[in-house]
Amino acid sequence: MLNIRREICGYCGACVSVCPEGALELIDAYLTVDSETCINCGICTKACPLGALEVINEV
Amino acid sequence: MKSEYDVLVIGGGPGGAVAAWTAARKGLSACLIEKRPAIGAPVRCAEGIGKKLLTDFLEPDPRWISADIKRARIVAPDGTQIQLKEDLAGAEVGYVLDRKFFDRELVWKASEAGADVFVKTRAVEPIIEDGILKGAVVESCGRRQEVRAQVTIAADGVESKFARWCGIETAVPVQELMSCVQYLVTDIDIDPASNDFYLGNEVAPQGYLWVFAKGERSANVGIGIPASKNMPGNRAKDYLDRFMAEHFPDGKIIECIFGGDPVCRPIDCTVSDGLMIIGDAARVVDPITGGGIGNAMITGRLAAEVAAKAIAAGDTSKAALMPYDVEWRASKMGQNLERNYKVKEFFIKLSDEKMNDLADSIANIDFAEFSVKALVLELIKRNPKMLFELRELKDALKH
Ligand SMILES: Cc1cc2nc3c(=O)[nH]c(=O)nc-3n(C[C@H](O)[C@H](O)[C@H](O)COP(=O)(O)OP(=O)(O)OC[C@H]3O[C@@H](n4cnc5c(N)ncnc54)[C@H](O)[C@@H]3O)c2cc1C
Ligand code: SF4
Ligand code: SF4
Repeated sequence: MLNIRREICGYCGACVSVCPEGALELIDAYLTVDSETCINCGICTKACPLGALEVINEV
Repeated sequence: MKSEYDVLVIGGGPGGAVAAWTAARKGLSACLIEKRPAIGAPVRCAEGIGKKLLTDFLEPDPRWISADIKRARIVAPDGTQIQLKEDLAGAEVGYVLDRKFFDRELVWKASEAGADVFVKTRAVEPIIEDGILKGAVVESCGRRQEVRAQVTIAADGVESKFARWCGIETAVPVQELMSCVQYLVTDIDIDPASNDFYLGNEVAPQGYLWVFAKGERSANVGIGIPASKNMPGNRAKDYLDRFMAEHFPDGKIIECIFGGDPVCRPIDCTVSDGLMIIGDAARVVDPITGGGIGNAMITGRLAAEVAAKAIAAGDTSKAALMPYDVEWRASKMGQNLERNYKVKEFFIKLSDEKMNDLADSIANIDFAEFSVKALVLELIKRNPKMLFELRELKDALKH
């Protein structure tokens, strides 16, 4: 699943624009991921200039 | 907020503001919504703009101009510098804005002309009836309501969610999304009349690092690299931090912003029934420089003009709005986007060595004109040995 490290995220929207599924959204400077739609492809983790996103295996 | 307007504009950046301003000036009822709590903050931008582009819209005002730029410097990987001087006529070197105030000025113009403006108000869902867009459900400080409009203009920037909700694909290929980080740095020694661009794989692979003067001793120091180049330890921020440590170790960072800049081709079609897409949301950003303020304003104005005609004729179907799409593609802006896309594709494939050779070949010229075309023509003229490789560039200029 996609983990958003909010202490690092700068709420810029770069990840939102590359997500092929449209699963990410910025709401009131708060990044949200729709876990139903997210396919854990990891593309958004590449776009983040800060390294705030990571796909982690479910525990 | 009324529940019905002629035009609903989603996003209060330069594109949306000019669209709402133009619509109101044309006598339409217009509503501009912006999801952030304030217009112009934080703005994801290095704030550079060509003078002509700006003055086509409004007179420069010292309240929102940080620096008047006289020259640009391109620094090749080996340190070779190309100086581009401002020509008195027709120069494209320009201003560094203070967008906090600039964006507000544009929105103020829109409201002065009669548009309604709402901040902390976001579009959450399109209203689609019989396949036709009829406005949006908006949420304003927690309250949901429907805002119906004959034409809805999506000016929601790099995120570009609204058009997507309407079924138009806007996702940016990961290698064509520039991941950007920028610091506003004070107390540093800079040339206050220059915008500097640093190139090279060590500095900014397949992108560039910029130092844009913001006054006598401060600058926007930022970087954009393709998202696909971001690696742990080598993310955009890491490159920028290394540059800062080397060049401005004592500078004070008083602002940091992050952002995405789409340098792909524009989306395939920028209209559908009741919908127009402008600015970054339509991906009309210059693929070489990543500059998109001017193009957002150009598309914003044109979209509202075409919307006004369509509304007057009582037809806001895709066909009736299509002149917007056709016109901007045929315009100088549209042609430059296509040409610069090809030029960018050429440059991102160059090795540092080739880049150094090219820079060296033109290092001592004073360019009268700071334009992509002038630069490319000179490169072609001065590098006969690289003619084969430069053929791609030559072809790009034909279009
Ligand atoms: C780091 C960086 C540096 C840049 N430097 C330059 C430069 O030097 N020169 C230049 O010309 N360009 C530059 N650009 C590009 C420039 O910032 C954009 O091209 C320009 O801001 C585009 O304007 P716009 O109106 O299309 O979108 P934006 O300015 O992005 O505005 C879109 C607005 O829509 C709002 N919004 C989004 N979704 C919703 C919603 N659902 N409801 C309501 N509101 C919504 C957003 O909050 C935002 O305010 C840079 C970009 C970056 C990231
Ligand atoms: S992992 Fe893939 S699908 Fe999930 S949010 Fe990121 S880009 Fe979108
Ligand atoms: S790209 Fe990174 S910093 Fe920007 S919104 Fe996404 S997670 Fe946050």
